[in-house]
Amino acid sequence: MFGNADLTLVDWSRAQFALTAIYHWLFVPLTLGLSFIVAIMETIYVKTGSDEWKRLTRFWMTLFGINFAIGVATGIILEFEFGTNWSNYSWFVGDIFGAPLAVEGILAFFLESTFVAVMFFGWNKVSKKFHLVSTWLVAVGANLSALWILVANAWMQNPVGMIFNPETARNEMVSFWAVLFNEVAVSKFLHTISSGFLLASMFVLGISAWYLLQKRESFLAKRTILIAGIFGLLSSLLVAYTGDNSARTLAKIQPVKFAAFEALYQGKQKADLVAFGVLRKSEKKIGEKDVNEFAFKISIPGFLSVMTGGDQNTFVPGIFDLVNGNTSQGIISVAEKIQRGKTARDLLTEYKTAKQNNDLPKAGGIAGMFRDKKFINDYFRYFGYASLGNPEDAIPNVKASFYSFHLMVMLGFYFILVFAIALYLLYRNTLHKNRWFLWVALCSILLPYVAGELGWVLAEIGRQPWIIQDLMPVSTAVSQISSGSVITTFILFAVLFTLMLIVEISIMIKQIKLGPKH
Amino acid sequence: MTIMISHIFLQQYWWIIIALLASLLVFLMFVQGGQSMIFSLPVNNMQKTIIVNAMGRKWEFTFTTLVTFGGAFFASFPLFYSASFGGAYWVWIAILFSFIIQAIAYEYRSKPANVLGQRTFEVFLFMNGSLGPFLIGVAVATFFTGAQFILNEMNQVKWATPWRGLEALLSGRNLALGLAVLFLARTNGLLYLINSIDDKELVERSRNKLFMNAIAFLVFFLFFVVTLLVSEGFAYEQETGSVTMEKYKYLHNLLQMPLVLIIFLAGVAGVLYGIGVTIFKGGRTGIWYTGFGTVLAVFALFLLAGFNGTAFYPSAFDLNSSLTIDKASSSLFTLKTMMYVSFIVPFVIAYIWYAWKSINNKRITEEEMKTEGHVY
Repeated sequence: MFGNADLTLVDWSRAQFALTAIYHWLFVPLTLGLSFIVAIMETIYVKTGSDEWKRLTRFWMTLFGINFAIGVATGIILEFEFGTNWSNYSWFVGDIFGAPLAVEGILAFFLESTFVAVMFFGWNKVSKKFHLVSTWLVAVGANLSALWILVANAWMQNPVGMIFNPETARNEMVSFWAVLFNEVAVSKFLHTISSGFLLASMFVLGISAWYLLQKRESFLAKRTILIAGIFGLLSSLLVAYTGDNSARTLAKIQPVKFAAFEALYQGKQKADLVAFGVLRKSEKKIGEKDVNEFAFKISIPGFLSVMTGGDQNTFVPGIFDLVNGNTSQGIISVAEKIQRGKTARDLLTEYKTAKQNNDLPKAGGIAGMFRDKKFINDYFRYFGYASLGNPEDAIPNVKASFYSFHLMVMLGFYFILVFAIALYLLYRNTLHKNRWFLWVALCSILLPYVAGELGWVLAEIGRQPWIIQDLMPVSTAVSQISSGSVITTFILFAVLFTLMLIVEISIMIKQIKLGPKH
Repeated sequence: MTIMISHIFLQQYWWIIIALLASLLVFLMFVQGGQSMIFSLPVNNMQKTIIVNAMGRKWEFTFTTLVTFGGAFFASFPLFYSASFGGAYWVWIAILFSFIIQAIAYEYRSKPANVLGQRTFEVFLFMNGSLGPFLIGVAVATFFTGAQFILNEMNQVKWATPWRGLEALLSGRNLALGLAVLFLARTNGLLYLINSIDDKELVERSRNKLFMNAIAFLVFFLFFVVTLLVSEGFAYEQETGSVTMEKYKYLHNLLQMPLVLIIFLAGVAGVLYGIGVTIFKGGRTGIWYTGFGTVLAVFALFLLAGFNGTAFYPSAFDLNSSLTIDKASSSLFTLKTMMYVSFIVPFVIAYIWYAWKSINNKRITEEEMKTEGHVY
């Protein structure tokens, strides 16, 4: 009934979803940020009536359109893959997870798709003001759609606002507001959209720097850099702030993920924050899994404790504490959680048997237990652990988590520096003379893409083995299809997405070379 | 004051919303219909560009409606989402594939340095235009003919054939609805072109093609409807929860729900009037009648599939696994929350209408294709 699927199927299903998500995230952040940058430019055009600003607006709008189409194409697959590849998941939590997706369609996608048509085709058909409003509504629509899908994703990290119904064998929503204002959702949304603003700003900055290097469109390029510099600097500061908030939330809600991205095995007070380090395999093992140790590290003494709890005496649990348990800190072991999960699962089986035997009093009694807060807190919250084979299965990939987190953070600080220097040089009117910086800006275009993807790698690999934290491991969520089918579609999607990406980049480069039209 | 809203009311309310979204989607597939004629309708490149741009300014609506249809189905009837998508894997993947290539084809077709060449993107549009409506029609036909799945006690799906949904293509009735949807999309596509472009020769060619496409639609549609009304249907008894085969089930549904019968007949009449007025009177507004008729007819078909004690996604493999609107739906709380969200829909329709009118106030001309800044 709750048997795990074969690992080949699970791995390929994960690979297919990861492939789609990674490609999707190559296009979405640019849409999120560039839509606002274009709207700002068009606002200046409408305010000043300057045709130069109109030229700029239309130029960046063309690049926006090229990117937008491919984001739409990859987005539809993600939505439907929840059904095609994760059908058990779709049923187990569809009552909660489906709602944000539907709201996304009704509230955001229609707004975006309706006004994007006006934005592209309405220049000579609607008034300047209506066109401007349409451009802003596209930006709002794009970012609203990000809100709802991130609410859905955040719920997978921190399932709240629901109760399990043994009759339907699924979780059911009891508070929409708890789902919407889930603390993970709030920080994830702000962190994600601000990273999109940052990426778009770097994109605009880098391309404008190229024009300056080419000694083309210098006047327009400087104007664009001013907007991208301010927008980018504010966004990168917001990314840092929300990232910090996100990490604090994780420490509380997903402590194993937090310990993994700090590679913290032994919990302690006065825990150091690792600024950077290199991991190597140690001789220790935890169950069947290798334990890593630092070959080298630079750390800030005691800062991890300060960051998570406000003072140096805060105990930060490590992977050993979280897997083996630590009674002095009130942490129960994964082995115990597996037992409690099995108790909840066996009770569900008993409920089904009682229903089959028409033993309604017994079924009613068990159903009541699934509504009882103490039972939920002591047993049902560990429901997914019943499907874990060994305690160490609860540990995500530490190396992948650690490196993706630290590279992302380092890049985050680098972006602040780049935008600050751009604005400083612009203020000094020496930007065009500092060709080294223009090259740096140009070469930096790709880095926010890397940072964004690392962020998602961290979020999703760090959550493993769960598809829904503590409630459902990926192995039980997968659709019962042949792994051959999934391998085939994986290859098809990989070829198609790669082809689409090549085409997009080629068209984009050509349009940039052509430059703003007169 | 607290208003008591029952679960069954909300299940029916949401089935109506799903039916409405499905009917709008079928109407909006006039975009796909137009795309499917990209090689056969125009006689030169400029005419092809006019067709692509006429359809291209509306492709996002169809796409968004499809996505919203999926999202709303997931939210309101998650068991359908998990059973059908997770089971009929290859049908849904094929549908998805055809829509992925559409999304990029418009934007990239005429752009310089598009690597694959203009022709490839036109083939993408043709594939989406032909396969999309056909496969969606086949998938919807299984709402009446049944699919090959079984659910366990935890409502997890297993598909009974290794073909994963492709076996639906072996049923004549499924094929008939698929072809009916395809030719309806082509008919609506031609009517839309007649209405929205200002090119005498292209309009004339569209009129000439309209007759054959309308006839093909009617043949397949009548075959599907007649066989539907005389065949057995999947009846559901709420008290026992059992599903049984009932002779003339869908005919009974029509007769026992006279309002649905009226909507269906009004829809068919609207479709026929729109076609007739265009062919025989040389009118250019046929799309509005046929479009409205399409919405009504498809809406009625969905009500026929889900109301009056009928399993809307029956299992031909295991009758009692069949999905009904009460078995497959979300909880009372979720449906109620979603109902509040759905109150925004009239506002959404209003702004879509306003924006559509704003950019459609002039017919597309050859001149516009030469001067417009953003041409597909």
